[in-house]
Amino acid sequence: MIINIEGLEFGYSSVPILKDVTVTMRGPRFISILGPNGVGKSTLIHCINKILSPTVGTVIIDDRNVKDISIKEMAKMVGYVPYSANDTFPLTVVDTVLMGRHPHSHRGTLDSDLDIVYETLDMLGILDLAMRSFNELSAGQHQKVMLARGLAQEPKVLLLDEPTSNLDVRHQLEVAKMLKRLSRVKEILVIMICHDINIAAKYSDEIILLHGGTVFDVGTPKEVITRQNLEVVYGVDAKVIDDEGVPHVILRDSIQEKKQLEAGVTVPETRDTATEAI
Amino acid sequence: MSSADEACGEGTAKDRMKEEYRKYTFRKVLFMLACIVCLVILFGYSLTLGSHEIDFFTVFTTLWDHITGVSYDIGTPEWTNDFLVWEDRLPREVIAIIAGVGLAIGGAAMQSVVKNPLADPYTTGISSGAVLGVTAALALGITAGSISGNYGIVANAFLFGMIPTVVTILVSRISKTSPATIILAGVAMSYLFNAMSTLILISSEAGKIQEAFLWQIGTLQWTTWDDFPMMFIIVAVGSVVLAFTSKQLNILTMGDESAKSLGLNADNYRLMVLVVLSLMTSAVVSFIGIIGFLGLVSPHIVRMIIGSDNKYVIPAAAIFGALFLLTADLIARTVIEPGELPVGVVMSFIGGPMFLILILKSKKGVW
Repeated sequence: MIINIEGLEFGYSSVPILKDVTVTMRGPRFISILGPNGVGKSTLIHCINKILSPTVGTVIIDDRNVKDISIKEMAKMVGYVPYSANDTFPLTVVDTVLMGRHPHSHRGTLDSDLDIVYETLDMLGILDLAMRSFNELSAGQHQKVMLARGLAQEPKVLLLDEPTSNLDVRHQLEVAKMLKRLSRVKEILVIMICHDINIAAKYSDEIILLHGGTVFDVGTPKEVITRQNLEVVYGVDAKVIDDEGVPHVILRDSIQEKKQLEAGVTVPETRDTATEAI
Repeated sequence: MSSADEACGEGTAKDRMKEEYRKYTFRKVLFMLACIVCLVILFGYSLTLGSHEIDFFTVFTTLWDHITGVSYDIGTPEWTNDFLVWEDRLPREVIAIIAGVGLAIGGAAMQSVVKNPLADPYTTGISSGAVLGVTAALALGITAGSISGNYGIVANAFLFGMIPTVVTILVSRISKTSPATIILAGVAMSYLFNAMSTLILISSEAGKIQEAFLWQIGTLQWTTWDDFPMMFIIVAVGSVVLAFTSKQLNILTMGDESAKSLGLNADNYRLMVLVVLSLMTSAVVSFIGIIGFLGLVSPHIVRMIIGSDNKYVIPAAAIFGALFLLTADLIARTVIEPGELPVGVVMSFIGGPMFLILILKSKKGVW
């Protein structure tokens, strides 16, 4: 499957978020989208699965413009794991994952849907949680159940909005590793938004680095995670070392603060002017 | 372990999960069946009570005979029983059941739509809006499109009830963060609408004031078969629509992003649900006035027992709501002698403290 994004622009009521994003994602593969807060990472993946419609530009999935795909059809092709899920009225884990079968509801029985739920829970190693209530789970378990719901959609593309946030280091590693495995086993295109550069670099096949509302760099972790890129995009001074062929980032300082210290005066607050000056 | 054993082990684990899931479903069905049994017993018992006592089994044989078309000579004891049960007592019990079903389902759906366990047609101001509509129709003769009779009153109640509904949608859009905001907005609107209703009443004739006042509190005292058809049709259609889309209601509670990514058009569905439940509430309020807390407490209690899956919460809340209102009405009829209390007052006396207990007992703060 191929997702072709061309000249994508999006703005919330005249405030532009994404400007001229052009990128191609090809699966099966595990891709991470990196970039600072507010750069438009979530907006970008929401434009892929029609939660938002782009102002300008096109998103094409396997030769079909997403404009011409109904949201029900979209739900069969593209799974989505949100940043957080509302659990005011919690269901059991089985019922929560069963929701992922909704786009396919015209075919299949409860029994065959339960088979799929079983397989998904088994694969993610959370079978023991099956009859637990969703709101009783820990953050890591929560995340895995949401992942299971996305997988129960049997999608060709799986989008995840910060699946590793709120997790401790072990769960971060587990979830990222699982996503990589899924892209291989299920032969799907997995696209995740991530804030942890090292996690993304360790497991991703490809990294898309966003900056200023557009794609700054695309490539393998080794190509994208460089000292220069981190300096421009995140405004940090970092050391990138090689850990068995994978780039590993050691953060040193925020460039703005470093400058402040060196100059001994206050620099204007906006990070953009600071990074553009470099 | 050989691969055959593994496959076998996996098979049993899968069967175990399915078995457990079925048991879980069975428990929910069992709860509903238990509620239905209680409802039938209470229904029969209510029909025995009155100026002339008729025993429990005679009630059911009389009902059966009436349905199968047995006729009696005027003046015989059987004829008296038939008249008392069918014309005097039955309308009241049937209306109580329909109202209980309508309000409880309305509450369950409303709570899911705005993702707030404290929402119901009463707390979000829909009932007060509907009351204003009815008051305007009764006291001033203003009806939507000048439709006369019951239809005009219900149409009015619906139109005025839609105002708080629309405001609730807008408020839940604007401030996604606080569930309290929705309720507080509802309370604010209730005050506004109540004030307008009062204003209309104090400027109308004295005779109408008492009638309208008693009706506002909520009473089943003056119900007749004439009230039945319209209320029944609206509540029945609304209940069926909501029960059949309960899966979508579950998806909606996960949030709009999740709903869309699962192929549900959240905006359209939410609007449909709100229109349906406003219509149901309006139909109930038009005929029997405001019955508070029923729509709030019934789904709460049901969820505590069978969990939050709307596929079961909707029907279970319906049965439980009917049971609840029937009980309250039974108390209203029997607690003082002679005469009776308005059922709305009894409901507030039971529902108020119950609501307080639910708030205090809930594990997670909803505010």
